[in-house]
Amino acid sequence: MDNLIIEKKKYKSRLIVGTGKYKNFEECAKAVKISGADIVTVAVRRVNIVDKSKPLLMDYLNPKKINYLPNTAGCFTSEEALRTLRLAREIGGWKLVKLEVLGDKKSLLPDMIETIKSTEVLVKEGFKVMVYCNDDPLMAKRLENSGASAIMPLASPIGSGLGIVNNVNIKIIRKNTKIPLIIDAGIGDAVDAAEAMQLGCDGVLVNTAIANAKKPLLMAEAMKLAVIAGRKSYLSGRISKTIMGKPSSPKKGTI
Amino acid sequence: MAKKIKIKIKVNGKKVQLIKKTSIRSLLNKLKIPIKMVAIELNKKILDKSKIGKIYVQENDKIEIVHFIGGG
Repeated sequence: MDNLIIEKKKYKSRLIVGTGKYKNFEECAKAVKISGADIVTVAVRRVNIVDKSKPLLMDYLNPKKINYLPNTAGCFTSEEALRTLRLAREIGGWKLVKLEVLGDKKSLLPDMIETIKSTEVLVKEGFKVMVYCNDDPLMAKRLENSGASAIMPLASPIGSGLGIVNNVNIKIIRKNTKIPLIIDAGIGDAVDAAEAMQLGCDGVLVNTAIANAKKPLLMAEAMKLAVIAGRKSYLSGRISKTIMGKPSSPKKGTI
Repeated sequence: MAKKIKIKIKVNGKKVQLIKKTSIRSLLNKLKIPIKMVAIELNKKILDKSKIGKIYVQENDKIEIVHFIGGG
């Protein structure tokens, strides 16, 4: 089987999905199921101590059946990110986490200096850190050398739907890295997800493109199929590109 | 009858009044928060959930109780 392997653990699906922005938890749980993902990202936030009638994520997605990947979404400093992940670990012993330290409120691009600093601290504390980063081959290498468990370069800004804007950099990162390479952020549709896989990435993380699609459940299925198709296509070895045409039928025997 | 002494603390940014000698565990029980699904911070220090029955709230304590929600 061609599994995604992170820190020696095998996962059936190469698609990781986020659980934010859905209409409700019911739709979110359905989309996750259809997507076939066995890792979902989750955020850490305050419990509402006043209104307890609100439904809980854990009631819809059982953390014993699906792997929760705590994420530091919305953190702008290393301090906030570390605090969030230490709390996440305390909730139920999660060691595999996703680090995201943002640097700019408008573009939501990552602050790579804070990201590297945080990675080093978390690795020392025994966390297995999957790191959201810029599509910069040098920064990706720095993260790998800092002990990251996976590098997660953006395709384009979070929620932008622009797809992979610098596929040359992604190709260079692919060439340079031995740890799992997962495209995170900016995927707009299933074609983008397939492209990421065709470039040789080990997986794709998608949230907005599914949750905000007109038909989220249909898009969840499209993403699942796209990731499988892209992976198989990559493994098959594509043909080389030529400017001129080459006939598909033999010349011999033409009438 | 001795009057129960009340203390003021903050839980998730909200003012809460409690009687003195309330443990963190009984605070969570009182708020009907399932301990298994949360993490607790007392004055920015993360608490070991197995020990919260023996930690008592003090005047002006700031407590944060967090859990997982949907996110990207």
